[in-house]
Amino acid sequence: MSVEAAITTPPQPDAPATSRLFAETALVRKKYRRELIAKCFFGAMAAAMVIPLILIVTYIVVQGAPSLSWEFLRTNPRLGGIRGGIWSAVVGTIYIVTISLCVSAPIGVLSAVYLNEYAKESWFTRIVNLAVVNLAGVPSIVHGLFGLGAFVYAAGMGKSILAASLTLSIMTLPVIIASTKEALAAVPVPFREACWNVGATRWQTIRRIVLPNSISGILTGVILQVSRTAGETAPVMLTGVATFKAVDGTGLLLYNPLTDQCMALSMHLYYIATQASGAAPSLPYAIATVLLCVVLLVNATAILVRGYLRSRKKW
Amino acid sequence: MKTAEKKIEVQGLRLAYGPKEVIHGISFEIYENEILGVIGPAQSGKTSLLRCINRTIEFTAHARMSGTIQVDGEDVQEVKNVYELRRKIGMVAPLPVGLPLSIYDNVAFAPRAAGMRNKAELEALVEKCLRQSALWDEVKDRLDSLGTKLSGGQQQRLTIARALSHQPEILCLDEFSIAIDPVTTMRIEDVLKELRSHMTIILVTNLTQQARRLANRTMFLWNGEIIELDSNEVIFSDRTKDKRTYDYVNGIFG
Repeated sequence: MSVEAAITTPPQPDAPATSRLFAETALVRKKYRRELIAKCFFGAMAAAMVIPLILIVTYIVVQGAPSLSWEFLRTNPRLGGIRGGIWSAVVGTIYIVTISLCVSAPIGVLSAVYLNEYAKESWFTRIVNLAVVNLAGVPSIVHGLFGLGAFVYAAGMGKSILAASLTLSIMTLPVIIASTKEALAAVPVPFREACWNVGATRWQTIRRIVLPNSISGILTGVILQVSRTAGETAPVMLTGVATFKAVDGTGLLLYNPLTDQCMALSMHLYYIATQASGAAPSLPYAIATVLLCVVLLVNATAILVRGYLRSRKKW
Repeated sequence: MKTAEKKIEVQGLRLAYGPKEVIHGISFEIYENEILGVIGPAQSGKTSLLRCINRTIEFTAHARMSGTIQVDGEDVQEVKNVYELRRKIGMVAPLPVGLPLSIYDNVAFAPRAAGMRNKAELEALVEKCLRQSALWDEVKDRLDSLGTKLSGGQQQRLTIARALSHQPEILCLDEFSIAIDPVTTMRIEDVLKELRSHMTIILVTNLTQQARRLANRTMFLWNGEIIELDSNEVIFSDRTKDKRTYDYVNGIFG
């Protein structure tokens, strides 16, 4: 059909209304099919993540159910741990987690602020960053051995809650530094430049702009280390956690953190499941349930705190 | 103009980022209460020049500067109180930056950082700056809402209000109209015309017509060198000393 004919010929009423430009060709159908396959495949992988979690939690809770009760939580273990409850182990875990975070969180956050906000790139910062990365890769049992040598023997702390907490602090420090640095780096640089331009010092900039807008990320990073600290067995086994320790009372003040050894959930679980004989078969699962609850509780707090602080985010 | 006092004197300024030199020894003066237009294509060192003047270039790793910049006769490299120096120079960046604070706090940030605590004084200053930047009428009823939620043009005027909040004697505008619409641009240009009676203004722009409208003198910077610096009557005429200036201004090259 010539151009003139195309212009002068009126549109055919019975011609199909589809435009040639947007027609669905075989190639397009193939593209759509591929998109669908990719989406389903990746989606299935993501969904598969949920299954192990559900399986683990259900299995452990069901297996542990016969031993689980409020009394189980609130009474201390007896007979080398195979009878009674787990209260003193819960308290021991709380002690260790609290003390180790009280040490690692401030040091970690402050060094990350230094590295991200103050330090210029130099051989010094390169060494520090290298140390952070490599420290994060050291296996936990090696941290335990270091803690044994450095804190228990060399520093003369003996096997104690303090030595165990400090060992865990060193273990969590690099991760806290890394996550804090990431949170700080997420605050856009132009904000900082705008502050410097109006004559604010670095500290004023950090205090007024950078920290308020990165605190949610910083806190999340720190709180997530709680679950890691609570679950570690190897380092604390070497530095200050006993397989069994009789204590008086069921309050929170069961141990002297400077000198005493303590019981801890992770260690107790390991011991009951593998070393002790005569314990009820549901006991290790009950301990695991409590440990899981502690960790999930902390993680839930982290998510709530993050949600709250994010809702106040200002850009 | 030539009889006026020198506000800024730059001599033999060189600036390098690592091994790459971006400003190759330039010298010029800026006189009190004039608007100096700075035109030139991207990568010609315009922004770097401004950052040398208020010494925020220090925050860039591997930046090395040599030569001298004097502000009111004082070498900026030698000043003891760099924060005071930066307060003397208002700086407006190409993209508007509302700090993640309320509108009020955005403007009060600099005076507070300088130690002003008096509430009445602060309020008066905030209002004055917002009025000067032609933003007051739009935001006076919501000073406690977030500066980051304003539109681009409003944020740029907020940025200007913040730059005025530390009562600078010099105002540097770095391609301030790049992200805002022409109407807002004209409003800000009107603001600048008012400010020029008591302020020295450096207007970096890639709109040559903007320099023509506002500046007393205009500098053509290209690849880190001054091609030509003269009064607007010369730069925007066919009497330029360098043909490249004429070509650039008239859109023949660049």
